[in-house]
Amino acid sequence: MSKKAVPTADQKDAANVACPGPSATAPINAKLSKEEKIELHRKMVRIRRFEERSLRSYQSKKIGGFLHLYIGQEAVAVGCCSLMGKDDHVITAYRDHGHAMAVGMDTKALMAELYGKITGCSKGKGGSMHYFAPSLNYWGGHGIVGGQIPLGTGLAYALKYKKLKGAAMAFMGDGAVNQGAVHEAYNLAALWNLPVIFVIENNGYSMGTSQERSSAGPGLAQRAEAYGMNWGTCFGHDVYEVRATMDKFLTLAREKHQPAVVEIDTYRYRGHSVADPDKTYRTREEIEEYRRTKDPIQLFQNTLLAEGVLTEALAEQINAEALAEADPAADFAEASPFPTPDDIQKDVYWETDNPEKRTSKGRLFFD
Amino acid sequence: MAVLTYREAIRAALAEELTRDENVVLMGEEVAQFHGAYKVSEGLLEKFGPDRIVDTPISEAGFIGMGVGASMLGIRPVMELMFWSFYSVAFDQILNNAANVRYMSGGLINCPIVIRGPANGGTNVGATHSHTPENVLANHPGVKVIVPSTARDAKGLLKAAIRDNDPCFFLENTLLYGEKGEVPDTEEVIPLGVADIKREGTDLTIVTYGRSVLHSLAAASILEKEHDISVEVVDLRTIRPLDIDTVLASVKKTHRVLIVEEQKPFASVGSQLAYMIQREAFDELDGPIHRLATIDAPAIYSPPVEVEQLPNPQRVLKAALAAVA
Repeated sequence: MSKKAVPTADQKDAANVACPGPSATAPINAKLSKEEKIELHRKMVRIRRFEERSLRSYQSKKIGGFLHLYIGQEAVAVGCCSLMGKDDHVITAYRDHGHAMAVGMDTKALMAELYGKITGCSKGKGGSMHYFAPSLNYWGGHGIVGGQIPLGTGLAYALKYKKLKGAAMAFMGDGAVNQGAVHEAYNLAALWNLPVIFVIENNGYSMGTSQERSSAGPGLAQRAEAYGMNWGTCFGHDVYEVRATMDKFLTLAREKHQPAVVEIDTYRYRGHSVADPDKTYRTREEIEEYRRTKDPIQLFQNTLLAEGVLTEALAEQINAEALAEADPAADFAEASPFPTPDDIQKDVYWETDNPEKRTSKGRLFFD
Repeated sequence: MAVLTYREAIRAALAEELTRDENVVLMGEEVAQFHGAYKVSEGLLEKFGPDRIVDTPISEAGFIGMGVGASMLGIRPVMELMFWSFYSVAFDQILNNAANVRYMSGGLINCPIVIRGPANGGTNVGATHSHTPENVLANHPGVKVIVPSTARDAKGLLKAAIRDNDPCFFLENTLLYGEKGEVPDTEEVIPLGVADIKREGTDLTIVTYGRSVLHSLAAASILEKEHDISVEVVDLRTIRPLDIDTVLASVKKTHRVLIVEEQKPFASVGSQLAYMIQREAFDELDGPIHRLATIDAPAIYSPPVEVEQLPNPQRVLKAALAAVA
């Protein structure tokens, strides 16, 4: 059965409660302007509406391959990425739409990438799992579980080497924590005091295998102790708490080059991917309980309503605008051209993409 | 010209590039305090300090991946694998991340990393430590693969690789580290993808690279003296990019080809060469393309027998005589 603690029956509906805990008054949240708070909410809503729209496109066979939806986890990416300064960097795994939007990528380019179009953020060469935006300090979008974690450690290494006061956030799911590359990266980060936060988005299931069936030991973040690293956990349904927790560790990373592992408790409503029948390893009731009591968007909306930051009318408007953004993104993707066969061999080598600067000779491509 | 060992030439290339560009760092197991498992990096820690010459734990997936990530942000890491054989534990980082990240990002990212170290048999270390993965590496579009045979080539090609903006995999050879050769006193950067005719001849073209160049040259001397056969030895120097034009020009001159490679035969570099030569110079051939490879089994430990498993001058001689028969 599931490792997730199913919410108890006496928990109130998320529709009726605000974000729990004292995080709202944490300095990093207390200093938020009204507009900034609304922007956090808006980003979460936009991500959800975008993904719901992409799901419809997937179901109508406009999108190939896999589609790993982030629905339910929005507070994690939005909370973490909202803390980014100019020298902070992000890398994540294949459930990457939320992070891409959280750092500010354009939804048209994201949707077009799903459609495999040349106007996509990776020109139709990466797909759902491989979104990148180096100009926004966003380094993917990686398909192999845990494989991005050494890369994120390398981003931190580069920051420290260049004496920049930034940090890298290397996101992974709870299924990644048993990969050797992750532990190798932990060791290097701790050994060399690299400014990296390893963020475990614990949605309870590595594909269809619950945490209790895959991961030994008392907790996922606690494994950091073996490497002498800081660690923490947080309630990932509350964007304030995500920010408050991550701010603490990001500050230690930026100021003191202390790496950390932070396990953020979250939940995905959809299957591992859209192809996942999602009926064998968890119950409908469990999913519904999370939707009912811990939905991150609903919780934060209630918080902002209670704070007087948001009105019902403005909440409606934000939702309507997010819907109005998702549809044109799909229209744009639909109307865009596919790459041509001539594009297949572009973007393989820097040298062949920059022929005027090429220094090597000889054949780089074969038939 | 100075006479340097292959090891000293690589060290000189590293030192020059570390001096030229502060974003160049050397990392790997035992590269700093230990001075390198094969003493390639001897003295570099003392000259460049611990921020730039970095000992890593035995953790190839971790540190190679870290180098790939750092390269995306503009560091130019030179990562030493104590043996290229250990690439298998970092395969995902090398061939999923380094090779693919440019493509999957639609050309937004480049990965100027060099991974270098020895890749050879012949030292009686058994199958796990004797891999020659140049064919496996070169099978991945996006990467460059370099296998130098001489001190001069090693220096000039390594300098080019460090300056290259694509991931470059540089395969050295423990049995060449002590080989001496002339190296120009002035700076020489040898472009990747240019083959070198190490010996001119008219009767047979031997296409080869790496340590097999030395065996081929030894065999060519015997063939000339004892059999009156004139052999041209083409050293590819880089596998990808591939200087097929130089190979084809030689084939048009000699009309007979022997490929010599320290590779297992199945789907080897030689397999690709043979395909290209027959496809592009079929009418020039006076006979089938011959190939001498490593005998197709995991690397044997037994010292005298391992010599027979790999290309060696006597095996090259025999194969060459068959190729011109």
